[in-house]
Amino acid sequence: MARIRPGEAANPAPPTVQRIRVRFAKRGRLRFLSHRDVARSVERAVRRSGVPVSHSHGFSPHPRISWVGAAPTGSASEAEYFEIGLTRPLDPEVVRSALDAVLPDGLDILEAVVAGPPSLADRIDASSWSLELPGVEPAAARAAVTALLALDTLVVERVTPNGRRQVDVRAALVSASVTDGAGGSSDPEGNTGVTPEVAEPSGVCAILAAVVRQTTPAVRPDDVLGALDVVAGLKPPVPAKATRMAQGLLDDRGALADPLGPGRVTTQA
Amino acid sequence: MAGPDSRVSGAGLPWVRVSPASVFPALEPLLPRVSKPVQYVGGELNAQSKEWDSVDVRWALMYPDAYEVGLPNQGVMILYEVLNERADALAERCYAVWPDLEALMREHGVPSFSLETHRPIGAFDLLGVSFSTELGYTNLLTTLDLAGIPLHARDRDESHPVVVAGGHAAFNPEPIANFVDVAALGDGEEVVGDITDVVKAWKAEGRPGGRAELLLRLSRTDGCYVPSLYEVSYGPDGMITGVAPTDERVPATVQKRTTSDLDEWPYPKAPLVPLAETVHERASVEIFRGCTRGCRFCQAGMITRPVRERSLEGIGAMVDSAVRASGFDEVGLLSLSSADHSEIAEITKGLADRYEGTNTSLSLPSTRVDAFNIDLANEISRNGRRSGLTFAPEGGSERIRRVINKMVSEEDLIRTVSEAFAQGWRQVKLYFMCGLPTEEDSDVLEIAGMAHRVIQAGRAASGHNDVRCTISIGGFVPKPHTPFQWAAQAHPEVVDARLRKLREAVNSNRKLGKNIGMRYHDGQPSLIEGLLARGDRRVGAVIERVWREGGRFDGWSEHFSYQRWIDAAAAELEPKGVDLAWFTTRERGGDEILPWDHLDSGLEKDWLWDDWQDALAGREQDDCRWTPCFDCGVCPSTGTDIEVGPSGTSLLPLTVVNPVGRELGA
Repeated sequence: MARIRPGEAANPAPPTVQRIRVRFAKRGRLRFLSHRDVARSVERAVRRSGVPVSHSHGFSPHPRISWVGAAPTGSASEAEYFEIGLTRPLDPEVVRSALDAVLPDGLDILEAVVAGPPSLADRIDASSWSLELPGVEPAAARAAVTALLALDTLVVERVTPNGRRQVDVRAALVSASVTDGAGGSSDPEGNTGVTPEVAEPSGVCAILAAVVRQTTPAVRPDDVLGALDVVAGLKPPVPAKATRMAQGLLDDRGALADPLGPGRVTTQA
Repeated sequence: MAGPDSRVSGAGLPWVRVSPASVFPALEPLLPRVSKPVQYVGGELNAQSKEWDSVDVRWALMYPDAYEVGLPNQGVMILYEVLNERADALAERCYAVWPDLEALMREHGVPSFSLETHRPIGAFDLLGVSFSTELGYTNLLTTLDLAGIPLHARDRDESHPVVVAGGHAAFNPEPIANFVDVAALGDGEEVVGDITDVVKAWKAEGRPGGRAELLLRLSRTDGCYVPSLYEVSYGPDGMITGVAPTDERVPATVQKRTTSDLDEWPYPKAPLVPLAETVHERASVEIFRGCTRGCRFCQAGMITRPVRERSLEGIGAMVDSAVRASGFDEVGLLSLSSADHSEIAEITKGLADRYEGTNTSLSLPSTRVDAFNIDLANEISRNGRRSGLTFAPEGGSERIRRVINKMVSEEDLIRTVSEAFAQGWRQVKLYFMCGLPTEEDSDVLEIAGMAHRVIQAGRAASGHNDVRCTISIGGFVPKPHTPFQWAAQAHPEVVDARLRKLREAVNSNRKLGKNIGMRYHDGQPSLIEGLLARGDRRVGAVIERVWREGGRFDGWSEHFSYQRWIDAAAAELEPKGVDLAWFTTRERGGDEILPWDHLDSGLEKDWLWDDWQDALAGREQDDCRWTPCFDCGVCPSTGTDIEVGPSGTSLLPLTVVNPVGRELGA
């Protein structure tokens, strides 16, 4: 439906003068948001917040917000990232607090820095996950993890909308360990305003910490659990709760470097 | 086979009456196993969860369709805010759950729940259900059953919520009379408050007389119809011979409610913003209610009279509030025929000025071609996407348009689309109906000629061949409280055959036909909608049987089973001496008692009959906004009058820098 009047720019939108990188969390019941749901919610929040976002040109201008690898629907995250273009420079903390104030509880803006090279995508090649396994004995989970780590490769099959795909879980798995999570509050943000009165099926709960390299297709928490089922018959009695704890570049010791780290320097100026 | 399940918990358990617990801990483990779980978690922007114990009366408001359809519903949003603004009441929402979650809820004993606090629906005082269409009836039964609420109103006691039906379908609630306690007729803004007052007083008095007393009190509340307090008698030929109250304190007829000054009810102020994707992602503001264009097929236009406009100032304030509170980048100016607002030019220009440079677009979802002009179109598209133009001539021939009283001429249409194509639009969508009273094949086939002429005009005006016309055709369903309430519905085979011939006619000229798209649904669901729309209490057993045999989401073609409805209608109706055809394809006589005659939409039955006779004779009826009153009866019976502008007000200029959001740092 495009129509251009003679001598008129298609979209005289102001240019991007600054880019801000943001870390945000997807928590509690909002972990069921898909990436598209998150993106829509953030775009609307940006409008409400008054943050001067820049827009693409053309007849259907879109706010300049770019995303990196979203946590799957159903997984919580403490480390999701996007980058937003602004039409005037702002203190990143002003942007952070303005966005956080207008987002629903459960989408929480945690950190913001001025973007600098390299790109966000080049600052991330792995994720660290925490998987809560209510009803699973830690010893059983530990044995399954040991069995998986002893292999060089373990392929599981995932059903996607585009058909079945093979993913090598072991090849992507950098490290994995199990702790005992019994007795701890499982989900401080997951309340719905009412104190739950239904107890966990049993007191035991294993917590699996895993660092997973980014691959194509991505190895998801469900794939890691699928692999533990294949190697050791581990079947959680209730669905696990997965939370992405961090993303970043793997260093030599298997730790993740903060993607916002080097960017902080510029904010001190 | 689905049915009442003893494992489903609900009312009657000890925790139900005192601060009932959230079912979320039981629901949460099921969510990773269902499609689109986000629709069941709540937490939307502008959702409200009030303290359970801080109020006297608690409503669950339901839209009986999927979340993606139900969340944008304006009626539910309005009542939600109106009720939550009261200090003594709260309202939470629920929508129909898809069969995948329903199965898991049955397996794990999780009852129907509200989205805000995930409390069981059985714990609320009232369950208000908004029926825009009759095809949601089976979903009501699913929700009741999962809630542990007896399906039949007569089996409920004072521990169960009062089930209140509202919305346009509530103007003939007889098919669901056995399942609902109350039908609220007409505008909801004020009646929900009155119902709340009645329930509050009854509870404060210690629930005297139990549920029977509460229902009696509600039956004496304006706009509230309590079906169980009326008895219907039938003659040997299956005809209704009478409808009478069973108690002398109950009124013989129930009159609809009408909110006369819409500016006093500027809702929704803070529209719900879904986290999941829904069918309408926009801030909607109702710019007027009612319509007196007099299209004879249109139930909404008949039952929402008279026309009541919001003022320019009121609209400006509502749009401002909705845009700021939601972050939506589209504003829908809603009504039954939005270009008919007496100040539509000022509204659209004022809003286009206000939102210049903010990537905020305007839309007028319903526009008549004769009220439309290119200036209006340019204002609407000034700040945003230029979508296609959509018009609804409804009938293909001049003759049938006189029958249905949709007096738009083909000349108007061709002139408007020519101008639009000249200005750069490339696409026009045209809506029609098939199966209208007196319709012949030739009336429908004229749609093809109209579409061909649109393409020819578009090519001439635009100077190139790349123009599109999409024709979208729906099956006509006669509705209560319209002049066509007596009409014989066309059988699906007739409708389907005409549409096949139309497709051939469209493609008979390949050079024009290749630029014409044609969309239609098969006629079978329309026949069932017709049964539910004009049915009486005997149809309730059909609904229940269909539901017990698995009927869900009948408005969705992938869930709808025509055969199931046919079989259930045969099993339940024929022993009573009537059948599906009797309710649908049979023309009614003028002296027949219609199932909804005791429910008063304000329209005089004699006037409706005369208008039906005018339709059969092809006589038009003018609009009373611009020509003298034709005595339809609404204004005197509802104590209201037409409210149209000019309102003498203006869109208030905004003195702020950012019209869509906050001021940074403020």
